[in-house]
Order: sequence, then C-alpha cells, then structure tokens
Amino acid sequence: METKKVGKQTIKFANPPIILETSSIVGPKEGEGPLKDTFDHIVDDMYFGEKSWERAERKFLEEAIKTVLNKKKLTSEDIDFLLAGDLLNQIISSNFAASTLGIPFLGLYGACSTMYEAIALAAVLIDGGFAHKIIAATSSHYATSERQFRYPTEQAVQKPPTAQWTVTGAGAMLLGTRDQGEGPVVTFATVGKAVDAGAKDPMNMGAAMAPAAVDTIITHLQDTGRKVEDYDLIITGDLGSVGRSIAIELANKNGYDLSNNFEDCGILIFDPSQDTHAGGSGCACSAVVTCGYLMKALREKKYKRILGIGTGALMSVTSIQQQESIPAIGHAVAIENV
Amino acid sequence: MATFTDPEKTSRLKEQMDQSRKQYEQEKYKKITQKHVPKVSILKNAVNAFWVGGLICAVAQTLFNIFSNAGFTVKEANAIVAMIMIFLGAFLTGIGVYDSIAKVGGAGAMVPVTGFANSIVAPAMEFKKEGYVFGIGAKMFSIAGPVLVYGIVTSIIVGLIAFTIM
Repeated sequence: METKKVGKQTIKFANPPIILETSSIVGPKEGEGPLKDTFDHIVDDMYFGEKSWERAERKFLEEAIKTVLNKKKLTSEDIDFLLAGDLLNQIISSNFAASTLGIPFLGLYGACSTMYEAIALAAVLIDGGFAHKIIAATSSHYATSERQFRYPTEQAVQKPPTAQWTVTGAGAMLLGTRDQGEGPVVTFATVGKAVDAGAKDPMNMGAAMAPAAVDTIITHLQDTGRKVEDYDLIITGDLGSVGRSIAIELANKNGYDLSNNFEDCGILIFDPSQDTHAGGSGCACSAVVTCGYLMKALREKKYKRILGIGTGALMSVTSIQQQESIPAIGHAVAIENV
Repeated sequence: MATFTDPEKTSRLKEQMDQSRKQYEQEKYKKITQKHVPKVSILKNAVNAFWVGGLICAVAQTLFNIFSNAGFTVKEANAIVAMIMIFLGAFLTGIGVYDSIAKVGGAGAMVPVTGFANSIVAPAMEFKKEGYVFGIGAKMFSIAGPVLVYGIVTSIIVGLIAFTIM
C-alpha cells in the first residue's frame, strides 16, 4: 500500500491541513518582552485570579482554547479532537482543561516539544480523513515548573548563565481540512528521534536539546530533498542562546550552514535585559511564539515557508537526582503559504 | 590473526565497542558544549559574595554592639542577635526580597543564618497549597534538612575525635 511517508522520518501531507486560527496568552514578563504586540492577551497576574499557580496554568490553557474558539465563533462541539499537553506531572493542566471544555481529548507529553508533536499529529488525523477540526494546545507556567523541577521560587539560589526561564502562558492552534478557509498550511512533519548526547546538567537544557534539534533538521532536509535556503526561517522551540550556538556548530560539522535563517523562540520571546539567562523555555515558549509572532508573520506574507522544530528535554526529577543523562527530542513541522 | 568463533564472545566484544564509542562521542560532545557556555567571572562572584555576606555580618555585629552596650551579657546578646537575624531572613523571604539578594550575593547570602532561615521559609511558603501536614510540614526542611543531618553527623564525628584525643 502506498503511504504518505517520505524518507526516514518524514510525512508528506497529500491534502495539507490548513491553520484556521491561533491564539496566545502570556504572563506579565512575556508581556514586557519584544514580542508583546503579537499576543492575544497579556495577563498581569501570575495567579490569573486563582488560588494556586497550578490552577492559573490550567486557566491559561482553557482561556487560550476558548479564545481560538471565539475568534472563529465556534463552540466545543464543533471540534473533533483536542490534542494537548504540558509539563506538570501526569499533564494535569491539560487534563483539567479538557474536562472543562468537553472536547474529545488525546493527552500528549513531549516536554517542551509538545506543541509541535500536537500540530504534527493533528495534521496526520486531518489529512487521513479522521477529523474535520482539531485544536492543538499547550501551556507552561514559570512558578509551577520551578517548584516541580527545581527550587521553591523564593529560594536563595544563583542560577548559571546557561539556565532558562520557563514561559508563562498558553497557545492554541485550530487546524482543519483545506476546504474551510484561507491561511498557511502544514505540508510536512518530521518526527524526531530521542537523542541522548550524554548531557546531564538540568541547568543547561540547550546543550541537551541541540543534538536532537540538529538531527531532526538534517533528517527533514534529506527526506524532503530541500535545502536550508528553501526556508525563509528555520526556528527551534527553546534551545536558548547556548543551545542555538551549539546547534549551529553541529549543523556546520555536518555540512549545513544555519547561520543565516536560523532562530529560536526562546531567544525571541525575551530581551537580554529581562535577566532570563539563556532565554525562554517550556511548552508555552514555542506555542505562544508560533501562535502569535510566527502566524502573524506568515499571514502578513513576511515569510512564505518556515520550518518549526519543537524541542524537548526528556527528563524527570527522579532521573536527574539519580544522575541519569537527559535524552532530548525535536519534532519538525513545515508551514507554508501556498 | 585471532578469529572469534564463539558468537557470544563476538557479540560481547561488539557491545563493548559500542559502549566505548558512545562514551567517546559523549566526551567529544561535552567538549563542544563547553565552548559555548558563557564564562562566569569567579572574581566578580567572589567580590559580590564578600560584600553581601560582609554586610549581613556587619548588621549582626552592629546589633551585637548595641545590645552588649545596653548591658546584656555576651551570651544573651548572641541569642538576641541570632533571633533578630533569623527573623530578618524570614521576613525578607516572605516579602520576596531575599532571593534577589542571593542572585547577586550567591554564597554570601546563603551561608549566614539569614540564608538558613530563607531555606526553611521559602519551601514553607511555597508548599502551603498542599496543606499543613504534607505541604508545610513535609517540605519545610527539604533543603535545610540535609544541612542539619550532615551538620549533626559532622559534629558527632568531630566530638568523638576530640573526646579520644583529650
């Protein structure tokens, strides 16, 4: 039987699903950053009016999904599936948001790569004829991540320059079949391999993720026969400034020059003056930059064709305490104006 | 030339080769990453730790002088100063200032007794949401606990050594 798979790890969509609408909501720090004008809502309160940070994160996710529905004047019933995930144990934010919204739900975990994992799977379901409309969404919250993965937020600690700042917010993307409107389409998805380069420092996740990101980018280019310059922009999720420069060197060693059109959501979302060390991270980092800034740029035809790579460090608190290394993954999705 | 006819031996050898190749690759990658990590100025950190830690100690010394001039014995003044400094550490943690001091001062803010107070108050505040028993009660000493355990163990060992020598 003929399949839609090309090369080793890439899916070529026969009927590329369209991105009908997106939404992004961020917290106060992101709302002061360079991309502040590209978000739908900026919430000034880290608690979002709730009694705990975990409840706040849940609300960020719910509000992002509700916003994308409202923008298209749709209700939960119009959506076939919700594909969502987050960083908290047992993806609890997504579970609660899904139970409030009542959309048939597939929970995903790919650490900070989850948004791109969700977009890729949504495109597969739509192109396969299994769904009409799907929402892909993820969230993260600085304080919930800090207390789960690192220290209490008021703890007296000095972070190294390689550390990253978890983005507070949520992004949601509505994808559907081509006959439902105009907009950028998803043409390819390259599913990443979990790459373990032996990095062990949880305060330097850029170093853990760079090999996975580069592996996926190179595989994507080989599978599709495209070149680096065929894309107006190749953008990773949250490598940060350290991970980005490692990635450029690794790609260079393999004969690919990424020095011209290679960006990172984690670097774009904060200004160096905001004291976020190597940049932003978290599920919401790639989600809000993709659903905000990148979609705006695609709609305004600033870019014709981009390759987004969601990057995730696949660690747990237990694995770090047991001195295990940090495997990482990168999922790539090609988004184009056609 | 040696030939390996034993398949088990061959596969074990292959496994060992894969293992050492992986180790070599990881070492090589570690070297690459080290080049890209921004350098931390040890001198700058040490100077910051010195003046922040020194300032905290100067505050304590000033308090001590005030109380001993007011007629308290050394023992009494010591206890009062310790109480005030612990209160200050806890208070500054509560209003969200102490972590900013530590960002600049590093160990200069962590080592004095104010830092110890911070290490107990910070998790206590943070885990209030999980309740008084499994939240505050269980998590309060999550960072201070190891310090206490090894502090007590070390003092027992030192005490035993002193006891046998003297």
